[in-house]
Formats: sequence, structure tokens, C-alpha cells
Amino acid sequence: MAQVEFWQGNKALAMGAVAAGCRFFGGYPITPSTEIMETMAEELPRLGGKFVQMEDEIGGIAAAIGASIAGLKSMTGSSGPGISLKQELLGYAYIAEIPLVVANVMRGGPSTGLPTKVSQADVMQAKWGTHGDHATIAYAPSSIQECYEITVRAFNMAERFRQPVLVLSDEIIGHMREKIVIPEPGTFEVINRKKPTVCPDDFVPYKADDDDVPPMAAFGDGYRWHVTGLTSNDFGFPTNEANEIDKKATRIIRKVERFREEIVEFKEESMEDAEIVIVSYGSVSRSSLRAIRELRKQNVKVGHFRPISLWPFPEKQIAEISKRVKHIIVPELNAGQMVNEVERAVAGRCEVHRKNLLNGELYKPDEIMAFIKEVA
Amino acid sequence: MPREDVKKLLRTKFMPHIWCPGCGHGIIMHAILRAIADLKIPKEQVCISSGIGCSSRMPGYIDACTLHTAHGRSLAFATGVRLANPDLTIVNVMGDGDGTAIGGNHFIHACRRNIGITAVVMNNNIYGMTGGQASPTTPEGAFASTAPYGAIDPTFDICKLAEGAGATFVARATVAQPVMCEQILKKAILHQKKGFAVVELVSYCHTQFGRKNKRSRPMDNFNYLKDNSVMKAKADTMTAEELKGKIVIGEFVNIEDAREYTKRYDEVIARAQKA
Ligand SMILES: Cc1ncc(C[n+]2csc(CCOP(=O)(O)OP(=O)(O)O)c2C)c(N)n1
Ligand code: SF4
Repeated sequence: MAQVEFWQGNKALAMGAVAAGCRFFGGYPITPSTEIMETMAEELPRLGGKFVQMEDEIGGIAAAIGASIAGLKSMTGSSGPGISLKQELLGYAYIAEIPLVVANVMRGGPSTGLPTKVSQADVMQAKWGTHGDHATIAYAPSSIQECYEITVRAFNMAERFRQPVLVLSDEIIGHMREKIVIPEPGTFEVINRKKPTVCPDDFVPYKADDDDVPPMAAFGDGYRWHVTGLTSNDFGFPTNEANEIDKKATRIIRKVERFREEIVEFKEESMEDAEIVIVSYGSVSRSSLRAIRELRKQNVKVGHFRPISLWPFPEKQIAEISKRVKHIIVPELNAGQMVNEVERAVAGRCEVHRKNLLNGELYKPDEIMAFIKEVA
Repeated sequence: MPREDVKKLLRTKFMPHIWCPGCGHGIIMHAILRAIADLKIPKEQVCISSGIGCSSRMPGYIDACTLHTAHGRSLAFATGVRLANPDLTIVNVMGDGDGTAIGGNHFIHACRRNIGITAVVMNNNIYGMTGGQASPTTPEGAFASTAPYGAIDPTFDICKLAEGAGATFVARATVAQPVMCEQILKKAILHQKKGFAVVELVSYCHTQFGRKNKRSRPMDNFNYLKDNSVMKAKADTMTAEELKGKIVIGEFVNIEDAREYTKRYDEVIARAQKA
């Protein structure tokens, strides 16, 4: 019998992490993400894992990176100001190629902003928040079931590509409760980082395999290697050589870009004959779905496209859609972030309508219905 | 010349090192290597972590599990390493700026947790790497590139800070006492089983600090440290006035029955699994 629960999004996200094999969490309390760390504090010790409440969010991500280097699947999570604080060390995990999952339960900003209210204003921060070039992987769940499943996926991608992966939840999804069917262990894929097979003296820590990802030893495994946030060569040692710098800088982007289509995730509804398409994600997509289902009853040819991976953005799919529809409407709880990616993919082939809500509320289905009717 | 067992701990292929010839930091690295060699800890079980700064470049030259982190954050990284693998021996090195300015919060909380890490603060009273800006240990009246008219900020006493924050082993020596550095380090490394050990090793930066403060040659600094060091036992008999400008060296805290954080965490695991 499958286990059925009635969970909050934050709990489902944490339980998904545990199911993916996460055994370390470093965090610092902040609304609306705190329940993730509270769940971890309860669950991890039961499995012999470790939870540590650090002195700030920087400490939380630092400890998580350290634990990952010592071999544990690791995670941190936060919201708003806490996510801003984590940016420098996110960059560290990108350049040092350390698997890590970071949950961001989005709230209103800038600064302390709206601690208890929903927002989707961290979409661009997720991509560009830390300095320097890197490839971003970020998934946005829109249901409690998906909080669980997408976090498993986030861990799989983090382990496979040896880099941070973000779960971009939001206050509504994080705090909402609904039914979840817990997948049986063994019924879903769990990926673990590649380990080196050479003997310790032959180990070249950043020498990549054909997939551009180097196998990773854990501290204590018998391998001795150097980890640094400086741009380094295959030996992990800092370099100022243009060719070595180029090799590293391009590889850490290419290792993800090459497999873009395996990372991208999206979900469509009523798209076959759609002339109008709503593109929305996270909590907003729930209102959008309600709106299009209502309007379908009135024979309005409207469909829904939901990017689950916000990064990489499903641009190919949007480009295809733009060839056959008249209007794409992009409602977001920000001043217009993902819509820029939509416009880029559409490249003028159909009309793109920006809809933005910045008042801390969620779009209601009738508001979205009104947007559709404006163009129908 | 280093001993054979010490040489085996070096990554000579990553050399030459970046330190200025005569920098005090090299004496500390040598003392750390002698301590590890004497304690016969297998190098694949040793983690040397650090932040950012001249001092923090040390791990790159040591053939162990080495972790060069971000400015100020090394102890937080090391906390994760220690929790994930309590069997490793972790020596975390940092500069005075790295450890007590940007990393001050992680420093006091690592002390408070009493997590089994040996934290070595390589105190050269200046930001060496970035070109001689004032640090939290730049003496009042000394000159720095950001204190061109003399520093007015009072300084931290790193050992008192560590003691107040709960470190269970605290000691200080200067690079003018290399044997004492090594002996203290050995004790501090063994103390990891009991908790957090802080070793302040007073170093010098003749290039950035010395240049502006009439100690531009390495020997000027070495002699200064030698002449101004006072053993704790003697210092205990001296007045505050007599101790002005002196560096008190020795062991300040050594709590033998301290309870280390990861061992306490094992109790959490036991309680969680029983519940
Ligand atoms: C977040 C951040 N801020 C500033 C710097 C620049 N920075 C590099 S090293 C350093 C100071 C190093 O001084 P200290 O820790 O005392 O070590 P030393 O070089 O003297 O050994 C600074 C400010 C940085 N790398 N990262
Ligand atoms: S700048 Fe100062 S601290 Fe840095 S290597 Fe040179 S002497 Fe040493």
C-alpha cells in the first residue's frame, strides 16, 4: 500500500531530500522556509545523518559544502535575505564542483520585504545571483507531490553534474498542505556522484571524464586532493594560465549545457489546439490551471505551459509553441523576470503579454481568466 | 632542511609557494607539518582547511585533504567536514583578518560548539594579501595602508576571545619560538577528541606591516617577537603596566574532560533512533 500523507510543501521538500539520500543539512531559520530545516532536524538523526543550525546562512551553506566534500549528500535552504547571503558560497560550489541542493522558498523583497508573503522575484537571482559565469539548474515545484519529487530530481542533478541545484519554491507552495502519495523507495531513480576508480596516487581530482564531469573522492576516502575557490587546473591547483583558465571556465558550463534536454522539465495542459497559452510556474500555475479549465468549458482555446526547470529554461519548447499560437500570457509574482526568457524564445513570432503582481498576493483564477479574455 | 617525514607531507609539485621570502607564515607551516609527522597521523586522514589570505594559501602545499575555502568561512566549512567525518584530523588555518574580522562570527560559534577542530590563527597583525590594510589585531598607533595616520581601533586578544566563547584548549606562541609552536600544536591536535582548540601563532608580515612600521626585514620582526614574548607564568607576576606591548605566550585553557560536539551529536542520533 502506498503511503498517503497530508503534508505541507516544506515538509514534502525535506522528505524528498531525505528520500534522495540527503544526510546533511546546514541552516539558519527564516520564514517561510524554516519548516524545511525543522523537518531535517527531526528526520536526519533518525537515519544517522546530521543537521546543524549554524550561526548564519553563510555558515549553513559552508557547512553543507564541507559535508558534501566529506562525502554526504548535503543541503541548505533559506528565503529572501538568507538566500542573498548564500550567494558567495553558491559560487564556491560552482567553481569547486561540489554537489549541493539549495532550497529557496521565495518571499517578497528586496531586503526583509515581505517575510510571510509570496513572491517569484528570485528567478533571475537564481541564475545571476553569484558573481561569475556558471550554468544554473533550478526547478520550481507547484504541488506538494512535486516538492517531494523535484527535490529528489534536484539531488540527482547535483550529484550527476557536481554542482549546486536550486529548488525554487515559494511561500504558497511551501506553506500549503495537500495530499501526497509517497513513492515507494526503489520506484524512483537515485543518482550518486561518480567515485574515482584510479589509485590515490594517480588521482587527478579535476580531470573530467567524457561527460565533462570529474569523478569525486570524499575526504577520508583515502584520496588526497585540493579543493579551492580559485580557478584551478586539473590538479585542483590555482592557475593563471589562459589555456587552463579557459578549460575550467568553459567546462563547468558545458557539462550542463550539453545535457540541457535531459535537465529541462515542463508540463503542458490543453495545448493541442490552443491559440492562447499561459506560461506560468510555481504557485501561479495553480491559478492558471483553474482559469484555463473554466474557460475551456466556454470553448476558449487556451492552454497552459508550465516550466518546471526555470533554468535551463525550456526555450526550444516555447519557440515551437510560438509558431502555432497567437498569444502567450506570462503572469508572474514579480516585475517581469521569466517573461524575458519567454520573449527571447518567442522572438516576435507571437504576442507576449506581461502580467505582474507585486502586492504580496497570489493571482486569483478570475484575474487570470480576465487576462485571457482580454485577448480571446 | 626539513626532515624526511616532513618532506613527505609537502606537495612540491605545487611550489614555488606564493609567500614572500622570509615571511613568518612558513615557520608555522613547518611547525604544523612536524606536529602531524610526529603524531604519525596518516596524511589521507588529515584535512587542512583555510580561508583566504597569505596564511590561508598553506593547504595547497600540504599533501593531505586540503580545503581552501572563502574569506572568513573556513571554520563553517570545517564544521561540515567534521560532522560528516568525525574521524578526520582537521587543522584549520586562518589569518587574523580572515579568522577574527570577516570570520569572527564563525570563530566564536565554533568555540561555543566545542567542535573537534584545531584552529590556528596566524596573526601577523595586518591584511597581508591585500596589501597591508588594518586588521582587528593591528596595534593602536601602528600604521597600515588604511590607517595612514595610525590605527585607533582597539585590538582583539584572540586567546581571551576564544576562552570567552568557550574553546576548551587555548594557547599562544610566536614564530620566534618554533619548538614551542610545534609542542602546542601537537597538544591542540590531540585535543580534537575533546573539542575545539585555538592556537594563536603570532607571525609577521615584513612586507606589508614591517615596511610601514620600521621592521621591514624579517629579522627585525623575529627579534621583536623574541624580545617581547613573556611566558604566561612570568606574566602572571607582572603588572598591567609592565605587560603593555608584551605578547604573553603559553597555555591559557586546557579542559581535559570537555565533551566534543560530534560525540554529543551521536547522543542526539541515539535519542532520535530510540524515539
Ligand atoms: C569576501 C571577501 N572579501 C575580501 C576579500 C579580499 N581579501 C583577500 S585576503 C584578505 C585579507 C587577508 O588578511 P589575513 O586574513 O589577515 O591574512 P594574511 O594575508 O595577512 O595572512 C582580504 C580582505 C576576499 N577574498 N573575499
Ligand atoms: S605579504 Fe606579508 S603575509 Fe603575505 S607572504 Fe608576504 S610577508 Fe607573508
